Amino acid sequence: MLKTKSFKKVILLIAIIVTGCFIVSLPAMAREVYKIGGIFAVTGRASFLGDPEKKSMEMVIKTINDKGGIDGHLLKGIIYDTEGDPTKAAMAVSKLINKDKVIAIIGPSLTPTSLAVIPFVEKAKVPLISCAAGVAITQPVKPWVFKTAQSDVLAVAAVYRHMKKQGIKKIGIITVSNAFGESGKQQLQKQAAEYGIKIVRTESFGNKDTDMTAQLTKIRKAAPDAIVCWGTNPGPAVVAKNVDQLGLNIPLYQSHGVASPKFIKLAGRSAEGIYLPTGKLLVARLLPEKDIQKKALMNYINNFETKYNSSVSGFGGYAYDAMNILAKALKGTNGNKEKIRKALEGLKGHVGVTGVFNFTKEEHNGLGADAFVMVRIHNGTWELLK
Amino acid sequence: MQEILQYIFSGITNGAIYAIIAVGFSLLYNSTEIINFAHGEFVMIGALSLVTLWGSFHLPLPLAFVLTIVVVSGTGLLFERFAIRTVKKPDHIVLVIITVGASIFLRGIAMLIWGKDAYSIPPFSSNPPIDIAGARLLIQSIWIIVISLLSVVALYFFYNKTLTGKAIRACAINKKAAWLTGIPSGKMVMLSFVLSIGMGAVAGLIIAPITMCSYDMGTMLGLKGFCAAMLGGLGSLWGALIGGFILGILEAMGVGFVSSSLKDAIAFVLLLLILFIRPGGIIQSKDVQRF
Repeated sequence: MLKTKSFKKVILLIAIIVTGCFIVSLPAMAREVYKIGGIFAVTGRASFLGDPEKKSMEMVIKTINDKGGIDGHLLKGIIYDTEGDPTKAAMAVSKLINKDKVIAIIGPSLTPTSLAVIPFVEKAKVPLISCAAGVAITQPVKPWVFKTAQSDVLAVAAVYRHMKKQGIKKIGIITVSNAFGESGKQQLQKQAAEYGIKIVRTESFGNKDTDMTAQLTKIRKAAPDAIVCWGTNPGPAVVAKNVDQLGLNIPLYQSHGVASPKFIKLAGRSAEGIYLPTGKLLVARLLPEKDIQKKALMNYINNFETKYNSSVSGFGGYAYDAMNILAKALKGTNGNKEKIRKALEGLKGHVGVTGVFNFTKEEHNGLGADAFVMVRIHNGTWELLK
Repeated sequence: MQEILQYIFSGITNGAIYAIIAVGFSLLYNSTEIINFAHGEFVMIGALSLVTLWGSFHLPLPLAFVLTIVVVSGTGLLFERFAIRTVKKPDHIVLVIITVGASIFLRGIAMLIWGKDAYSIPPFSSNPPIDIAGARLLIQSIWIIVISLLSVVALYFFYNKTLTGKAIRACAINKKAAWLTGIPSGKMVMLSFVLSIGMGAVAGLIIAPITMCSYDMGTMLGLKGFCAAMLGGLGSLWGALIGGFILGILEAMGVGFVSSSLKDAIAFVLLLLILFIRPGGIIQSKDVQRF
């Protein structure tokens, strides 16, 4: 008797375990999950880039999953923090490729971190969509590397176009001594002749420097018509303060790297009258209704602001676009990396928040000059320039 | 001429900051022979405390000033009490490495408190910059120079004219002998920590309005201050002052006449040169000792 009883118990136990397994494994019977890697500078100096990028990527993934995923495959985002450090970025990418086995990667946030991870993704043949501005990321074209942020080529073009209209002929440039500044400097020098502009003085500064008056004094000596400062916060805010302090009565142009309300806050009164190129997101509400991107922009802004209860920045838009583009490219590929890469290369007319993307074999950024508008800081806010 | 004057203004502004940080290094080295590599972080805490107290809570400036010094010195007191004094075998090298660890710890704490963003606050007084022969001098620069000079003079009198100051010096010369004469040497070491870190707080206070304050601003400032202290002669008050100003002015001149990309290199090349040529610094104290 006793034996049969325990036998029954064992049977019951097995039955429970087997049913349990079935219940647990039910979702696994749906299609395989697409794992997407994300590497952003979520903390550290560049957290103003990485934090909204991470949130935007998570937001897009959630929206897609709520609609049932892509071809029935749900998405899973695996996001690592680079702290803006190229070494950590390289480590994170290796982990994504070798351990997590992702099918595509979004990020990193910065040019130095992006350049550091390119060799890894090229070798492992994993598509990467960078969110950094540096032109060196997609020029020369690397088969597996794409990017959504506007290249500094376009930003410089926007600045020079505006200068040409203002009749500015001689400029002094002051750039931050990192990859962003170097890349900006190269483009400024390369495109100057095209717009009939002469660079009379080239200076640089460290992003943590407390005072740039010495460099600006040197620029003043060369008597330019305008100064261009190329960097990301907080250095350019010190430059703006120093220009104000020295009483240089010439226009100051900043780069799109400081196109956020934070810059106005940091530079305070000295921000007044500064010109800068920016993506349309910053001035979305000022754009005319007929603008092709207006709908996409307002959509992103509303979604982001209701979900996170904080205001958007243009930087989050890079990851938003990257994730949406990737989602489009993923369709019908069944997770095959080469197919994803091909689909990315063939993507045309994607209206994103950063601009309208048209990728080709030779163009892995896909944006046109219309991705930038010029703004002026006036009374502590942005003023759209025609 | 106008340029040179502007470079000098820029140089003495930065130099005064380096000087006051260097003074902090020297004070502590004098009485404990420790080089406190967390010193730059105390400068950062000083600057960020002012951002909070004056910029966010809108306390009157003098009150915010005093409170900041109290807060930062208090942190220094805790640092000495819990991280330095509790060490079982207080070898110099162990203590120096503890300060390196403390700097990483403090930076982390500051990141948690103030976040990762940079802050800026307005200058102490909102007068426009003064125009001297075409070169512009910020009013804040004058504040910086005056406050750092006053601090050093005050310290000089403290060390040479007051009993407590003399007691600290006695401990610095020979701890055991000082203890035998009834000087509480433990307390004197603690006081040196508080004074040194208090100077760090002052540096942070005066620098906050001219730059951007963030949790990671301290490291470079600390290193530059250390260079200035070595340059002037570690352990000497006046040496720290001279070292700071020389470093600041040379940096500005280097940017002005050579290249702006050399700015940080200048400090470290100077440090190497001084270590090769005159390891005691410009004002060489007689019983200089190095690791």
